[in-house]
Amino acid sequence: MRAEGEKKVLGTTWKMALVVPLMFAFVFVVMVPLYNLLCEVTGLNGKTQGQYTAEAAGSVDESRSIMVRFVATNNEGMSWEFHPTTELLRVHPGAENDTTFFARNPTAAAMTAQAVPSIVPSSAAAYFHKTECFCFNQQHLSAGEAVDMPLRFIVDKDLPASIRTITLSYTLFDITPTPTADKATVAALN
Amino acid sequence: MGEHHGPAKGLSRWLFTTNHKDIGTLYLWFSFAMFILGGAFAMIIRAELFQPGMQLIEPDFFNQMTTMHGLVMVFGAIMPAFVGLANWMIPMMIGAPDMALPRMNNWSFWILPFAFLILASTLFMEGGAPNFGWTFYAPLSTTYAPPSVNYFIFAVHIMGASSIMGSINIIATIVNLRAPGMTYMKMPLFVWTWFITAFLLVAVMPVLAGCVTMMLMDINFGTSFFSAAGGGDPVLFQHVFWFFGHPEVYIIILPAFGVISEVIPTFSRKPLFGYASMVYATAAIAFLSFVVWAHHMFTVGMPIAGELYFMYATMLIAVPTGVKVFNWITTMFKGAITFETPMLFAIAFVILFTLGGFTGLMLSLAPVDFQYHDSYFVVAHFHYVMVAGAIFGMSAGVYYWLPKWTGRMYNETMAKAHFWIGFIGFNVTFFPQHFAGLAGMPRRIPDYALQFADLNMMSSIGAFTYGFSQILFLFIVIQTIRNGKPVSDPKVWEGANGLEWTLPTPAPYHTFATPPTIK
Repeated sequence: MRAEGEKKVLGTTWKMALVVPLMFAFVFVVMVPLYNLLCEVTGLNGKTQGQYTAEAAGSVDESRSIMVRFVATNNEGMSWEFHPTTELLRVHPGAENDTTFFARNPTAAAMTAQAVPSIVPSSAAAYFHKTECFCFNQQHLSAGEAVDMPLRFIVDKDLPASIRTITLSYTLFDITPTPTADKATVAALN
Repeated sequence: MGEHHGPAKGLSRWLFTTNHKDIGTLYLWFSFAMFILGGAFAMIIRAELFQPGMQLIEPDFFNQMTTMHGLVMVFGAIMPAFVGLANWMIPMMIGAPDMALPRMNNWSFWILPFAFLILASTLFMEGGAPNFGWTFYAPLSTTYAPPSVNYFIFAVHIMGASSIMGSINIIATIVNLRAPGMTYMKMPLFVWTWFITAFLLVAVMPVLAGCVTMMLMDINFGTSFFSAAGGGDPVLFQHVFWFFGHPEVYIIILPAFGVISEVIPTFSRKPLFGYASMVYATAAIAFLSFVVWAHHMFTVGMPIAGELYFMYATMLIAVPTGVKVFNWITTMFKGAITFETPMLFAIAFVILFTLGGFTGLMLSLAPVDFQYHDSYFVVAHFHYVMVAGAIFGMSAGVYYWLPKWTGRMYNETMAKAHFWIGFIGFNVTFFPQHFAGLAGMPRRIPDYALQFADLNMMSSIGAFTYGFSQILFLFIVIQTIRNGKPVSDPKVWEGANGLEWTLPTPAPYHTFATPPTIK
């Protein structure tokens, strides 16, 4: 009788104990990928999709023109000079467009940067296709070096008619392996 | 088998005990110590905010105080206090001789002081204690965190382990050790609310552990879960945190619902109205708590469909909560009510918790939340549900069961003084904060614009009053244990019902070695 009772207690205990690693794993293997998937599908947070492999760039919808604004921001503690070479482009849906962003490393040390894009309105994110973007790669610049970073994009012909202006913003992050810049920022804040 | 042996002597009794009553007592004293510590942090906050301008402390230390106050109160005071009540009362309420896993019970308590020792020690570290708010949003808690954040993460892991073990123990006890005839739908409501709370804990404490583990990896191992530079997203942090955090607020309040559902029938001398609907309402609240988390983050930039869904789902919670409030009031209706201290706390709970619920409904409205978000209105709201909810519920429970635990009656006059000073102090503290918040005063700031000066001074005076009432509470409890008038009636309260009141007073060290029979 007693042994049977203990067995039942252990049964409940193990069942409950199993929930713990399952929920812990749930965070990593379900919540994170699900969130990323949701962002990709809905354009939530203005996250743009990865590289777009263009179908034949046949028809261009010349009846509409969309204003595309470019914004460049340095993340806190990032010392590079960073701005779009053109601030404004008027484009037709379906057409392929080229522009560049300028970056210069004014410091005395080699640095690596990563640009992270965001689109406003976020509902336009799914219709903004980038066939080439400097944000797909890290950018390495030695001391004093400057570069024009390429961007090639197509605005989808299915872009909802209500959207007339799209703002594409890039934030430049310092990801140089030795995090000296980060430490300096933290020290300055404290 | 020494079935009638008493407790061991000296310190080893407390270190090695596997007795549910001893462990309950340990939890209760520990949580009270944390309540005083967290309260001391609150006093520092209110002293700084007594007048506009920087008076006493540095802004960074102020941030450490708000963070530590929240962490210590939520994880150190409220949660362990209710685990203490659960340990004491659940076996006595279901006719079990002890908890199902007594040794694990000892362990789950004794790791807790170490967690809080680690957390409190961060105050003396270089760079100071965590200063990013108790919600520890990334990147404040990752990129910009003080070095002590690693100790904070470790402490949270230990607290989580303790809570998980405690809840597994509670579930194993309730599922397996009920006396013959004690069906689920005959269990007292305090047992029911803890049963559901324990499931919530087992489900979401691992999520919190996952959340802080991601932080740890971002800080130390170069991952980028929450860092946009590496392809992560700080908003993800908020989703993961609140997926834990919203069930957590029900983890805090449900056991208090249970206490109130025991106290009100006793002093109304009527059985609880709508027992079954109470059980279903509790389960409904627990279920809904998993699907509403993003109402804490209406302003992060959600699609309109998301805002609408989280708004309506949140409002839905008012329905089962309304059922509970209705049942409590209906239990009192036409009852032969007497106003002993536990009942005073219970009635204050019903009134003030409902007020906190109403402000919660206001906050659930996505369009207006853009104004209320991160203002003192939010501070007022959650102190109405956490202090007037959880802490008042806890006080009601302590006064209600203290004679059963100690065999002595507390001093009714002093206890009533504790209640009234606390009740007035609480409302003077937090009621003005609604208006400060609506007028635009942001939370977590060490200094504020001059137009908020009067409201803040009122708030601070109330806070000092409320703090004093808790010192009085400590005094009353110690005085009861030492010189309280002895009680020997098993029932203690005229209208009390339930298995715990069939046991002798004070409750012997071992109870229900043979299970009782239940009609």
